[in-house]
Amino acid sequence: MERAAAVLSAGLGDPFRVVRTAQRAATQRLSGRLVVHHSCSLTHAGACHRRGPRVEGAHRRAPPRAPGMAQPLTRVGAHQRTEDAMTNDETNGIASSERLDAQESPRPEAVGITRRDFMKATAATAAGVAVLGAPAIARAQAQAIKFGLLEDRSGNFAIFGLNKWHGTQLAIKEINEGFTLDGGVQGPGGPGVHAKIAAKPPTQNIKQTVDNGGAQTRDDVVWTESAEYLVKSGEQGVLGRKIELIAPDPQSDNTQFQALARRLILDEKVDVIMAGFASAEREAIRPIMDQNKMLYFYNNQYEGGVADKNTFCTGAVPEQQIVPVMQYMIKNFGPRIYTLAADYNFGQLSAAWTRAMAPLLNAEVIGEEFIPLSVSQFSSSIAKIQQAKPSWLMMYITGQNHSNFYPQANAAGLQFPMGSSINIAQGYEHRRFAPPALNRFHVTASYMEEIPTPRNKLFVKRWRAMFADEPYLAMEGHSAYVATHLYAKAVRLAGTTEKAKVIQALESGIGVEAPAGWVAMDPATHHLSQYIRLARCDEKHDITFMTEWPHIEPWWTRRLGVNLVNKPEYKQYVPDEDPFFKMFGKKK
Amino acid sequence: MSLPYLVSLLYQYADNVAFLLLAALGLMIILGVVDVINLAHGELIMLGAYTTTLAYHRAHLPLPLCMLLSVVGVGAFGMLLERTVIRRFYRDRLGALVATWGISLILSQGTLLLLGPSLIAVPLPDWTVSYGGYSFGAYRLLLFGAAVGVVLLAWWVFYRTRLGVRTRATMQNAEMARAVGVDTRRIYLYTFGAGSALAGLTGALYAPTTTIVPLMGTTFVDVAFITVVVGGGANPILGALTSSALLALISTPLSTALGTFAGRIGLLVAALAIIRFLPRGLSGYFHDLQRRRMAAART
Repeated sequence: MERAAAVLSAGLGDPFRVVRTAQRAATQRLSGRLVVHHSCSLTHAGACHRRGPRVEGAHRRAPPRAPGMAQPLTRVGAHQRTEDAMTNDETNGIASSERLDAQESPRPEAVGITRRDFMKATAATAAGVAVLGAPAIARAQAQAIKFGLLEDRSGNFAIFGLNKWHGTQLAIKEINEGFTLDGGVQGPGGPGVHAKIAAKPPTQNIKQTVDNGGAQTRDDVVWTESAEYLVKSGEQGVLGRKIELIAPDPQSDNTQFQALARRLILDEKVDVIMAGFASAEREAIRPIMDQNKMLYFYNNQYEGGVADKNTFCTGAVPEQQIVPVMQYMIKNFGPRIYTLAADYNFGQLSAAWTRAMAPLLNAEVIGEEFIPLSVSQFSSSIAKIQQAKPSWLMMYITGQNHSNFYPQANAAGLQFPMGSSINIAQGYEHRRFAPPALNRFHVTASYMEEIPTPRNKLFVKRWRAMFADEPYLAMEGHSAYVATHLYAKAVRLAGTTEKAKVIQALESGIGVEAPAGWVAMDPATHHLSQYIRLARCDEKHDITFMTEWPHIEPWWTRRLGVNLVNKPEYKQYVPDEDPFFKMFGKKK
Repeated sequence: MSLPYLVSLLYQYADNVAFLLLAALGLMIILGVVDVINLAHGELIMLGAYTTTLAYHRAHLPLPLCMLLSVVGVGAFGMLLERTVIRRFYRDRLGALVATWGISLILSQGTLLLLGPSLIAVPLPDWTVSYGGYSFGAYRLLLFGAAVGVVLLAWWVFYRTRLGVRTRATMQNAEMARAVGVDTRRIYLYTFGAGSALAGLTGALYAPTTTIVPLMGTTFVDVAFITVVVGGGANPILGALTSSALLALISTPLSTALGTFAGRIGLLVAALAIIRFLPRGLSGYFHDLQRRRMAAART
């Protein structure tokens, strides 16, 4: 027990003191000496149990302690001295604390707290507070806009979080240097042109274009888009203030997300928070954002339905991804769908969307499996798929453990076409696993590095100039980038970082020229319209964008009556609350 | 219930047994002989996987050689750990728990700091075997073969070598073994090294099938602990074998019929039930059974 107490209280101090205390306690018990282990051992790491018999004796000579305040306060003073001395003599390690132990030995007889101890304690505390508070004071003087970012850089979701962190950093650098995304209220449009186009879309990977689609012989209508998407903002930073990024690592842990969110809001007092990859992470912190009226951006595709006055979602939603990919897959591969989903809110709700949309598209979900996020071996899932014999697979698996499915399925000889709203675009499985593991994979993405437009080539060039070792520019790195620029534009429009005014500016119908194409923030739903491309991965892991939908609106929550401009809400809608879902489901 | 379906079920059973056995055997041996709960077991597996992956990608060695390197390397590391840290905690089970937990944190976070959040994985050899509409990855059959081979090797060492006799003596009664002249400290050193080498082997064998991240040990260690507890420390090999066979027998049909989640739940509930009725685990039960039979024979 005493040892445990010593271990606990020694957390701040010298680790060797723990072992010595433990050994001392053990020898004391064994040698039969009855040293009274009183409560002072709980406030400091055995500082009163000194080395050597002389000091032990001195300790025992101390008058029996009344269970009052007197002696413990002396000990606190002694502890403070030790603490200060440790910071001064850190390089001397144990030696200094031993010297201090010897120095402290005459003191044990003192009963009450002396004025000297009190002054020293107060001075130490004041110095400590000043040292800890200095950065905050310095920051206040520079008047930077504090930008909080919580993206996983380790743990199950590290691959996705690193990319989003880099996207945010790139955007902040551009803003601080005086650039902003071209934008306005209505997309600029472009001249419609009659031109000759190739028979098929080009096929490329991140290094080169593999096949440019053939000779350009077909007559069609095309439209143009400017390659340069950045314009000068006319100032460095926003409203004369630079943006300062505060980005701790929540380690893919929901509890850490909550703790760090509170720290960013209450200690750092940031002006905006952009956070979360997994839907579970978002839902863990969204109530905290609402409680504190903090402006919160969620920059990730997800299962849709968030209707929250303080939250803006810049990732794609099911009506923009699931519906198009299902349409394409059913038309090209058949109506029997088998869903494989991660077992948490995102997987469950996306599978619900698939179930609900299937009858509308004349298809049927013949089987579903929900896999816990910690599972990394998939033999039974693979066997079940082989037994069910679907036309194609709908994949909602996420996280690093789940991505093992692809090489394992490939090794087991699984050959079904696969559709998804997340894989390869978010987690670049086609760059991480050897071909042909991701053969016949289709995803509707709001962005992928392989997009062959001149605008995207410029974006990739700028990104890789800043992050030369980036393995892949993923979909959500782009979402984070766009969101950061969007926030800067809104602050400039509002003329202040006050959150309510910035929210109003974001609801003004603002749109920007994202590298993927024109996107606009829908005032009623707080979601972005997206330029969606359906990517197909072939056996060499090259990408072809088979179909594109230049402008899909986030219409689902509007159907449920959400209008956050007039009627603030703070919830997430689920498919069960939508009567239309059940209506079509009953037909088959 | 066609024949191909049964074959598929058998394949999955073999796969699950292999996973449980390979994950648990090292831990079990260390617990049985040294009586130390090694919370760093998952991280030793992780080290094995990392060694294989790094040797394959950086040194471009052939895969079997990389795996051998893992076994030897992690085994040596285990012996080093034993010498420096574990040795001090032989009579202090709780202290050993905390110390090994500390080691596991150092290893996993250290790997994160030094090597980043993930490595490109070793490609999984895509040997496929088809039968009746099902196709099976043959690499996993190899894993099953390796698990069986490892158990046979452990049995041979325990029951057919002098070292094994000495180890069993140490397990039974360490003081008496010392009195008879067995160098128990050396036995503990070798045992810890062997347990670590087995963990390294598990990591090496599973490296092609999984993403290489610093926390990958956790997916092995939770089932390993359950298997070890159900097996009991009385007879490490028998315990590991019967425990993995029984738990896989319960979780495989559940996984196939109701999904991976149901399989997991089934495994946990089965473990709970076995521990409730056989508190010393399966090998403890067989051990008691044997003793009762011997006592009955004597009277």
